[in-house]
Amino acid sequence: MLTSPEAKRGNNRVSRGEREKHAAIGSLALATRMFLGFTKLEPRVRLLPKPCRDPKETRVALDALAFQMINGLASASGLFFVAAGLSIIFGVTRIVNMAHGAFYMLGLYLAVTLADRLPGPFGYWGGLLLAALAVGLLGAAVEVLLLRRIYHVPELYQLVATFALALILNDAALWIWGPEDLLGPRAPGLKGSIELLGRRLPDYDVFLAFAGPIVLLALHLLMKRTRFGRTVRAATQDREMVAALGINQALLFTAVFALGAFLAGLGGALQTAREPANLNLDLAVLGDAFVVVVIGGMGSIPGAYVAAVLVALVKALCIALGTVEIAGWAFNMTKLTLVAEFLVMALVLVLRPQGLFGRPHGAPARGLASEAPLRPMGGTGRGLAGAALAATLAVPLVATAWAYAPVLALDMLIAVIFAASLHLLMGPGGMASFGHAAYFGLGAYGTALAATGLGLPTVPAFGIGILAAGAGALVFGWFCVRLEGVYLAMLTLAFAQIVWSVAFQWEEVTGGSNGLIGIWPDWPFDSRTGLYLAALAVTVAALSLIRRLIFAPFGHALRAGRDARLRAEASGIDVARIRWLAFLVSGLIAGVAGGLYAFAKGSISPETLTVGRSIDALVMVLLGGLGNPAGPVLGAGAFTLLQDTVMRETDYWRALLGALILALVLLFPGGIAGGRLRR
Amino acid sequence: MSEMPVNEAPVLSVDNIAKAYGGVQALGGVSFEVRAGELLALIGPNGAGKSTCFNVLNGQIRPDAGTVRLAGRDITGMPPRAIARLGVGRTFQIAAVFGSLTVLANVETALAAARGKSFGLWRPQAGMAREEALALLDQTGIAALADRPAAGLAYGDVKRLELAIALAGSPRLLLMDEPTAGMGAHERLALIGLVRRLAAAHALAVLFTEHSMDVVFGHASRVVVLARGRVIADGSVEAVRADPRVRAVYLGHAGAEART
Repeated sequence: MLTSPEAKRGNNRVSRGEREKHAAIGSLALATRMFLGFTKLEPRVRLLPKPCRDPKETRVALDALAFQMINGLASASGLFFVAAGLSIIFGVTRIVNMAHGAFYMLGLYLAVTLADRLPGPFGYWGGLLLAALAVGLLGAAVEVLLLRRIYHVPELYQLVATFALALILNDAALWIWGPEDLLGPRAPGLKGSIELLGRRLPDYDVFLAFAGPIVLLALHLLMKRTRFGRTVRAATQDREMVAALGINQALLFTAVFALGAFLAGLGGALQTAREPANLNLDLAVLGDAFVVVVIGGMGSIPGAYVAAVLVALVKALCIALGTVEIAGWAFNMTKLTLVAEFLVMALVLVLRPQGLFGRPHGAPARGLASEAPLRPMGGTGRGLAGAALAATLAVPLVATAWAYAPVLALDMLIAVIFAASLHLLMGPGGMASFGHAAYFGLGAYGTALAATGLGLPTVPAFGIGILAAGAGALVFGWFCVRLEGVYLAMLTLAFAQIVWSVAFQWEEVTGGSNGLIGIWPDWPFDSRTGLYLAALAVTVAALSLIRRLIFAPFGHALRAGRDARLRAEASGIDVARIRWLAFLVSGLIAGVAGGLYAFAKGSISPETLTVGRSIDALVMVLLGGLGNPAGPVLGAGAFTLLQDTVMRETDYWRALLGALILALVLLFPGGIAGGRLRR
Repeated sequence: MSEMPVNEAPVLSVDNIAKAYGGVQALGGVSFEVRAGELLALIGPNGAGKSTCFNVLNGQIRPDAGTVRLAGRDITGMPPRAIARLGVGRTFQIAAVFGSLTVLANVETALAAARGKSFGLWRPQAGMAREEALALLDQTGIAALADRPAAGLAYGDVKRLELAIALAGSPRLLLMDEPTAGMGAHERLALIGLVRRLAAAHALAVLFTEHSMDVVFGHASRVVVLARGRVIADGSVEAVRADPRVRAVYLGHAGAEART
């Protein structure tokens, strides 16, 4: 829903939604840039045509592999800078900076601008360095102005606040540089290519491949040999101790955040000669960096490098293999790169949940402490719920006077179901999902494919959509419930990115960026009123189900596992399994919302799966108040209204949304329903 | 709540368990037994391995070697929830209860878990085992607080609630990690007196660690002393109190250093 206001907006302006659509239409290159950007070649530097290979050839050509590996190492460097910055900041401040991708993106934009404006070879390299330094300075400013106010709030709020910052920075970039992609100049002195095994490799890629290890070494020396580095390491080990030693903690935090931002900015700036600056980079890079950090282990700089190289090499291997034939079936391995990344991460998580070089997670920081106990609905509550139901039932009656009412009301119902599904996971479950759109999208795509591809009637198609979402939640949830807090949040986001890119790239089935169209429900759901009333019935059923669940032993066990995990385990509660079930139920209900959405809109695109949609749901839940079961209903209603009225009036709704989130976190952490929160 | 008479086979028998972290031997072959109706105090200076030992017994840590038997059954390496279901209750050094639930719901949740009903999805939990839960709260002396949110309780009441939660599993063995830590002198003796009465009434075996010696010497049936991951004394309160090695560990660090 993050982009829906634009879709509805008049076409007198070139909105970002349209621009994104333009850029996306039929262009696998964009997807490449966004998600495989670190491994695939840009047209500009693709000096050789891709080798034609016989599909039956299963032997890996050594030269192709070597070629892709250098390329992979070049990509790994960029990814390493971002992940290392993320890791260092987390180590000292315990904040996962969701704006880190935005720092990377700003580094690239600034470098492109500066390298163009400043003269000569010094201009290029000086511009790169200046850009990275500017991002470092921005990081320091952000730490002083924002982060200092949120060190004491629950980690969920920290994640959301830094994400809000990312939204604001993204709109700042839109305002400064406009919506077009920006191409930087080629690197002076590195425009050529070298020969390796009969192939030509761009000099710049070779340079980048070496830049990673050089920065790794520099960071190592900084951490081992300097007073600053020793302080950082000490603070990573034991923050309280460092505070007790009389080290200026405020200054240390600012410096660390600036260093992390500088690294991200440098990573972005160094891509100047490889890829154009665009506004999608921030989230794409963030998702990739999360995967790397989860694999390498949070807080470990060498881990970040090894993981970045591992991911890049696995992708390189997939690309080098090209199409392979296994048992008579031809597989195009290049399309498997994302799945491969996922498999590496899954394998690491199963074998070493703390990552390759990470230390075992300590007891999780207490998320949202002590909300008020649940009580059965009193007279007022019943009255309000009855009134709300009556009002929603009356909506079709006013349709003659206000034609937009049923459309808005249907949007609200879908939002309510989606937010309620996330609330079950985040509130009673204590698991903050930053990728809930994955299940919404699976529900939407499952429904759409069943209705159009298989030609099933409305109700079975809807059922298949729900099952698809449930299947996704079952698989992803199995991994997610093994983690806690920020690790879980990162993993959910990474999974959502993967689902997004599968929907984007698997054109034969999902229609790629164009999505699927012509998803219309049968009688009696084919009228606006019919569909609306059906949606209302489904909403009431979903909300009632959630309410039953949270009052049943399952809901109590879920909250028990959130409040005191070890205590719950010591009482015989299988917390991981309870959480897994919560994940499944939450995914199924999100799938319900997605299926309704597909029928409501008649067409879907990968936009149903974006991180933006996940964040919308998060904002709805927080807006409504996390500690109250009525929260998601109020939050979803208010947010949809806000989105359909205020946000569709401006190009800069991301910044607006970001400001709203910051206001929520800093001023009204209890939300509309005002669930008590202890900070 | 075993019907086992006091002098039968031990409820818990720990045989030669060892656990090392890196190069540090936290437990170097610890053996002891606990019988039904008995309050066994596990004491020792800081870093002696008491907490590690507890976490091994409860299943949070897997030992490198040795076995843990519950009424003859090998439970070594089982996860905490499985050990809990076999009848081992536990309280934590820093008392942990379910803060967002009422006092009553805390115990009801533990009762549901003990009966394997945690995956009940439809019937409301309230009312399923209300009487049993209230009886447990009555036993631990906090029945009057049943409707209060657990998050707002005074620390002494939190400790009592945690005890009620642990008892909800009808344990035959109760592991209590510093049951009276953070409590005033009066409360401390009241709580351990309560544990002692419960143990006698239900033929519970109780193993507890404790720093305050008035609790240990006033209430334990037997004392095991750990130092540097080894048992250096195991016997009656009087015998342990008189043991010169125990005195050395507690009184003279020089003496402790000289002895292995």
